[in-house]
Amino acid sequence: MRPEQQGVEVTVLVSVGRHPVTGRARRADQDARGLELALGLERQLAGSRVSLLHAGARGEESEAALRGYLGMAAGAGMGLASLTLLEQAEGSDAIPALAEYLAGAPPQLVVTGSRAERNEGSGLLPYALAERLGWPLVNGLAAVEMIENGVATLLQALPRGQRRRLKVRLPAIVSVDGAAPAARQSAFGPARRAELEATSVDAEPDYELAEWQLAPARKRPKRLKIVKAASARDRFKAAAAKAEGRGGQLLTDVTPQQGAEAIVKLLKAEGVLR
Amino acid sequence: MLETLLPILIFAALALAAIGAWRRIRLWRQGRPAEVDLLRGLAAMPRRYLVDLHHVVGRDKVMSNTHVTTAGGFVAAAVLMILVHGLGLANPVLGGLLLAASATMFVGSLFVAKRRRNPPARLSRGAWMRLPKSLMAFSLSVFLITLPTVGVLPQDAGSWVLALILSAVLVWGLGEMVFGMTWGGPMKHAFAGALHLAFHRRPERFSSMSGGKSRGEAGSTGLKALHLGDPGAKLGVETPSDFTWNQLLGFDACVQCGRCEAVCPAFAAGQPLNPKKLIQDMVVGLAGGSDAAYSGSPHPSQGLGGKSVGEPSLVRYGTPHGTIVAPDPMSGGTALVDAETLWSCTTCRACVEECPMMIEHVDAIVDMRRFLTLEHGNTPNKGAEVLDNLIATDNPGGFDPGSRLHWAADLNLPLMADVKQAEVLLWLGDGAFDMRNQRTLRALVKVLRAAEVDFAVLGNEERDSGDVARRLGDEATFQSLARRNIATLAKYRFQRIVTCDPHSFHVLGNEYGELGGPDFNANYEVRHHSTYIAELYDMGRLAFKPWKGGTVTYHDPCYLGRYNGEYEAPRRVLEALGIQVSEMARSGFRSRCCGGGGGAPITDIPGKQRIPDMRMNDVEESGAELVAVGCPQCTAMLEGVVDGPAEVRDIAELVADALVARPAGGATTATHRPLAEEVI
Repeated sequence: MRPEQQGVEVTVLVSVGRHPVTGRARRADQDARGLELALGLERQLAGSRVSLLHAGARGEESEAALRGYLGMAAGAGMGLASLTLLEQAEGSDAIPALAEYLAGAPPQLVVTGSRAERNEGSGLLPYALAERLGWPLVNGLAAVEMIENGVATLLQALPRGQRRRLKVRLPAIVSVDGAAPAARQSAFGPARRAELEATSVDAEPDYELAEWQLAPARKRPKRLKIVKAASARDRFKAAAAKAEGRGGQLLTDVTPQQGAEAIVKLLKAEGVLR
Repeated sequence: MLETLLPILIFAALALAAIGAWRRIRLWRQGRPAEVDLLRGLAAMPRRYLVDLHHVVGRDKVMSNTHVTTAGGFVAAAVLMILVHGLGLANPVLGGLLLAASATMFVGSLFVAKRRRNPPARLSRGAWMRLPKSLMAFSLSVFLITLPTVGVLPQDAGSWVLALILSAVLVWGLGEMVFGMTWGGPMKHAFAGALHLAFHRRPERFSSMSGGKSRGEAGSTGLKALHLGDPGAKLGVETPSDFTWNQLLGFDACVQCGRCEAVCPAFAAGQPLNPKKLIQDMVVGLAGGSDAAYSGSPHPSQGLGGKSVGEPSLVRYGTPHGTIVAPDPMSGGTALVDAETLWSCTTCRACVEECPMMIEHVDAIVDMRRFLTLEHGNTPNKGAEVLDNLIATDNPGGFDPGSRLHWAADLNLPLMADVKQAEVLLWLGDGAFDMRNQRTLRALVKVLRAAEVDFAVLGNEERDSGDVARRLGDEATFQSLARRNIATLAKYRFQRIVTCDPHSFHVLGNEYGELGGPDFNANYEVRHHSTYIAELYDMGRLAFKPWKGGTVTYHDPCYLGRYNGEYEAPRRVLEALGIQVSEMARSGFRSRCCGGGGGAPITDIPGKQRIPDMRMNDVEESGAELVAVGCPQCTAMLEGVVDGPAEVRDIAELVADALVARPAGGATTATHRPLAEEVI
């Protein structure tokens, strides 16, 4: 950590979550992890500022859930006493409103969860935002290692605990999932005192969502795991073994044309394309 | 010469004491305002001292007699001394009385000195070691200067040298006894203690003239609600000045006798909590300064987090407006008290029960926890997860609230939602999700059916009572759960609530009342299942076959015994079963906690041993093969002891096992409902 490092402006996109058992509104797990990551930046970079942004309808339940994020600011001292609420009617598309707001006052880093816990939960929002703003996107973020001269060194989480170090020019969007540090406890007092700064924005109805049919998810049948191992050593090996990909093909140093042909070939072989 | 010197000395000491008192009162008044009936409190003070305080002090007969002799002698001698030597009423009768009083005090001080020769570890040393000498100095000098007054010695006996020496000794005595009383010496306990009794935050704790306490045998034990109405207000206690002024006064009354330390389960387990030291830390906080002068046992330390084992080398500083607990352990810096100290408490109330000064340790600890949880979001270990579960699923385990009755799928329990009214509302508690406690619940249902009790359950409408949330400091979640439970209970008609969970019992019975409103009366008649079973047995609605097992001991749950004064009913039930209880050394109001209360298993502060292990050792020492319990927490904690020496069974299970058909001629036989026959 060098003194010439300057603080960064971070905006965390937060959504109203849904508890998996009872369905009650809560702070969404991944978004809360995103905020935890952002709050952790203060330790690294003095003078960083974190702001919270949400686009959606204002209701009693959603307000309580959003205040859950504000309750994480206890003792953080980052001016996290408010949340910007882009107020929209229920069923509006959040992406244009968010993109417009972010383009108007661009932060250096936008942090968001990978997937919402309500509505479509398609996980496409970070991508759509990145496309509209023309910013780079990094998904599955595990840590921000360094921010220097407008370039962030990030650690991306890959399956099986692997990590990949990336350098990204700011401004950028990063999304976090379960690999990011777990969110701290939300405190009732600061959450209650914080302000929701609501601004009404043009609501663009989400035509796609209107066509969707939402139904409670059914539990998918799970294949029973048949333990064939006879000894502890076998069980350990089975648990620690890498997934064996069959018939895979590693292409390096190929032209985009060759790469695309290989993908089309695979999709045809799998019966996705006919 | 003495005739002129004595009034000057006496009134100078009194004047200085008055200034000291004024300063001390100003220190207390730094606290938040509290509603106290000052005049009524002062009027009730002598009775509270003579009856309630001595009820506690009298448990140690020698110390009690010592205190009566010394303190009684001192008060009488001080008053008479002012009359005789201060105001010059040198009448032989008063003089004679003064001689008697100071002689009595001297005898008392000999006993104090004897106790200080080889004091037990729980007593503080330091300034307290000079107290017997100061007592002797005062009583002896007063005795000697009074001898001429009654004419035993001539007025000008001895030389002026003797008079001067005598005066010097008297100055020492007056300094300790009068000046020191308000300026912070050991005798401060008399001044602060008297006012603490008068302005106690729980006036309902004390007995009244008409006999009996206003709230049950155990007096007032429920935590006081935190007012959540004002969004701008700071929640809980951050600095010593955030306590109410009468709480600060209470801390100042501590005599450092260490009875709390001797009974504290967390202290015995080597967890970083010594209730006596905690109260002294608060005194350091309210008066400002450091704990360097403290000379009792420290908070135990296991050498974690860079601290030394046992004796802490660290001197801690406090100010009335400084934070008590350092806000962020990561960024270093220690404040007056470590957070682990506050989270070690099991809220078993053993300290409060033993405290001769009637200090409310548990209230203070929960007040400070409230700040840590509600303002800092710093509940350690599994605390945050449990609180999140309580908010999202209304139970601490995060189970589906719709699965609360799964254990009773085959029992066909009547639901309040269907029957609307019943004589008994059976409150299940969160033990409904725990497979061990489900056995207890099934046993209890079997007993209730055998006695043909008209009962019903709330089923999935029931929520956690809020006990754990409240004791973890999350008053907001507690009040949310409590208000929703109260609204649910208001929908139905029942005569009483019966529960096998003493924690629910305590919260429903003692803590919900404050949250009721004009629409909802939240004062319920709640019974622990042991009390109710004892009643059913007395009514002849239950019959038991004789006990064939081995020796049995009984473990008093804190929330049943100390919190609610119920020591008899469980023992009556065991007696009815034909069991002769072989009592543990610590039973009844001195029962040792199982370690399961106050969220202690959730915050899980490490010590050198576990509290339930110590309790199981107590069981082993009693020679019992089976320990009867009456609380799901105690069951879980005691059964969790590895290689436990005794079987752990709930009273309901013992009763269910012993049930036999009632002899004919009892109450009317069951007609409408088949008796559930099952093997538990």
